[in-house]
Amino acid sequence: MRRRFTVASAMVGALALFTLAGCTTDPNVGPATDNAAPTEEEEVEWFDQELFDKQDAERDVVPEGPEDQPWLQMINPEMVDTAQFASTGPKKACFANASISNPWRQTGWITMNQQLQVLQQAGAISEMETRDAQDSDDTQIADIDYFINEGNCDVFIISPNSTAAMTPAVERACDTGKPVIVFDRGVQTDCPVTFIHPIGGFAWGIDTAEFLIDELEEGDKVVALRILPGVDVLEQRWAAAEKLFDEAGIEAVDYFTGADPAEIKKIISDELAKGDVQGVWMDAGDGAVAAIEAFEDAGVDYPVMTGEDEMSFLRKWKETGLTGLAPVYSNFQWRTPLLAAQMIFAGQQVPKEWVLPQEPIPAEEVDQYLAANEGMPDGHYAKFGGEDLPGYPQVWQDRVIP
Amino acid sequence: MSAVTSESPTFGRRLAGFARVLISPRGAVFLLLIVLLVAITVLNPSFADPSQLIRFVQRVAPVAIVAIGQYFVIVGGEFDLSMGSVVTAQVVIAGNLIGQNDANSIPVLLFMLAFGAFIGLVNGLIVSFLKVPSFIVTLGMMLALLGATLYWTGGAATGNPADSFRQIGRGGIRDLPVIDILPWSVVILVVVLAVAVWFARRPFGRTIIALGDNPTAARFSGTRSWWVKTSTFIISSLSATVAGVLLVGYAGVHPSVGRGYEFTAITAVVLGGVVLGGGRGWVVAAAAGAFALEALFTLLNFAGVPSTYRDAVQGAIIILAVAYAATTFRARRRGRALETSPVASTGAKGPDPNPDPAHPAPNPSTQRADNETKGGS
Repeated sequence: MRRRFTVASAMVGALALFTLAGCTTDPNVGPATDNAAPTEEEEVEWFDQELFDKQDAERDVVPEGPEDQPWLQMINPEMVDTAQFASTGPKKACFANASISNPWRQTGWITMNQQLQVLQQAGAISEMETRDAQDSDDTQIADIDYFINEGNCDVFIISPNSTAAMTPAVERACDTGKPVIVFDRGVQTDCPVTFIHPIGGFAWGIDTAEFLIDELEEGDKVVALRILPGVDVLEQRWAAAEKLFDEAGIEAVDYFTGADPAEIKKIISDELAKGDVQGVWMDAGDGAVAAIEAFEDAGVDYPVMTGEDEMSFLRKWKETGLTGLAPVYSNFQWRTPLLAAQMIFAGQQVPKEWVLPQEPIPAEEVDQYLAANEGMPDGHYAKFGGEDLPGYPQVWQDRVIP
Repeated sequence: MSAVTSESPTFGRRLAGFARVLISPRGAVFLLLIVLLVAITVLNPSFADPSQLIRFVQRVAPVAIVAIGQYFVIVGGEFDLSMGSVVTAQVVIAGNLIGQNDANSIPVLLFMLAFGAFIGLVNGLIVSFLKVPSFIVTLGMMLALLGATLYWTGGAATGNPADSFRQIGRGGIRDLPVIDILPWSVVILVVVLAVAVWFARRPFGRTIIALGDNPTAARFSGTRSWWVKTSTFIISSLSATVAGVLLVGYAGVHPSVGRGYEFTAITAVVLGGVVLGGGRGWVVAAAAGAFALEALFTLLNFAGVPSTYRDAVQGAIIILAVAYAATTFRARRRGRALETSPVASTGAKGPDPNPDPAHPAPNPSTQRADNETKGGS
């Protein structure tokens, strides 16, 4: 009997620990530990005036390149010579992917595979070996090292899981002398041949915050729903928006949701119980529908809202007629790395930093994007840019993850 | 006049008795819940509005139902760690199989119930016949289901099921006086709780408690322990299925829905004064534990506790509450029942360093004297 109580007490202790670690109701799951500084310090940490100004300016630049192929357009490119890599015959690409654990990455991954088919038929790429790091830095480092040692790769394509942790592994890949292409999230080295990304998080933050500030009045309240801390592209979105809200006198509170719709609903309900909420800002559209539904359930007016170009948000936006904006983190960038590889082996110049255009979808264009993507699943992204690829639209409609 | 004077001591005694129940482990959770609700109301008076309160009940319903299911497993002496994954799997099944087709709702609902029962059956049979500790079996089941869900979805949200199906978790009877809306979730919670209370009072329900209290004695008294044990796992998986149906309505489809529910449920059950290892506990207190836990989260939201140290506050409060329940239980074990004489029990807590020789074997009379077995359930 006594032993059972000892065991029970031990279990209780273990459970409390589990609850601390594993409870979804805490908004700070996972990577919070590296970034446990209070909000003010975070702002200092992630806000970068120089980058803010650069991206702010890039929003207004007319990109160079073919107008109907935004994935080949570039903003303020500084071209580098790639003659040293010029070589004939099909090449093997090795792709170290951070994860496919959100609908944005899944959509891009499908598009990338269709782009691969085109290049395989063209004889530029023989095959692409992919390793999925499943959101783990350690796994991705191991993946890159595997590619370096045993992959027999002609070109490394890396979509880093996190910025600082992946830098040494990317440098090791560069040391092989083979071309390295980095896209989406960045690394702290300029050794890759090209770094492909849309304008960036600050531009997102500026677009969304300016929209909300225009639509709202000073003193209005905005609830900011953020997925997770510690990822640069997401942190920069909030860093820019928070600064602008602050300057405009908009009261903004931010929460980490893990994109869990139940959590989002609770947060919005509690905020609505505390007082009126005039605006909702999201650092990614995943879960936007749950946020809108929370307003419906509470029987109050829809907020002014920024989501993303995910179909679920566009559809809900259209259906409810709310005042909204769909910022875009250009999903078509998933086509660019393989095309860049083809250009590099052809000895063509590529930009050192390949900045792709990134334009939000305003209310006037919603109908157009809804019509163009009719029949696509809710997790699909309107600006996926794969309309001219083989398998369109069936492959994206079926959404079978390759 | 005489009526009043004779009534006042009775009332006083009743009040004292009520207060004693509140500080006893069985009642502590209700006290905690009241304190939390009052604190929330002080911070935000509109919370006491009936229409807000009923929304709060709606929000807690899935957690409470999972806690009710977990109660039967724990009181029977086992654990079910797979509940959260069952919720996630059911949410994804509903999203993928129902889609936008209303006609699929009923067949898929039946399939989900069958799937839930099957998972429980597998857990129960492995625990009963392969003699693997339930902690391990259900941990394995949790990972297996989570992996299968991630494989199926790639870890991202798929589309929501048809709105008619989501009404179960989202909708309700509208335009009512006072509470404005009676969510279906609340109705389902009340039904589940009523069935659970009824079931726990039935001979079969008491057999579960007896099995958790003393498996040897239960076996000698002719209990088919494998079936009793397996049925508790089936109950818990089915309750997770019901919670999944409510959550897919309330929130929508996402692979993160249901994550951590097993620990929330176990914490709720323990907060409700149910003894880990089985044998005692009250199902209503387990449900109240779920309410107390959600009230705590809501309070932290309203109090504006920064998200960075919210987890720490949460954890500390849970440890304190559970430790309180554990110490009062131990006091009662060593001394006498707290309800009958709280003074004697606190006296007995300290000076009795070695109670085992005094109670060489599980003492049947002490067990039976406990209110849980007598009629508390």
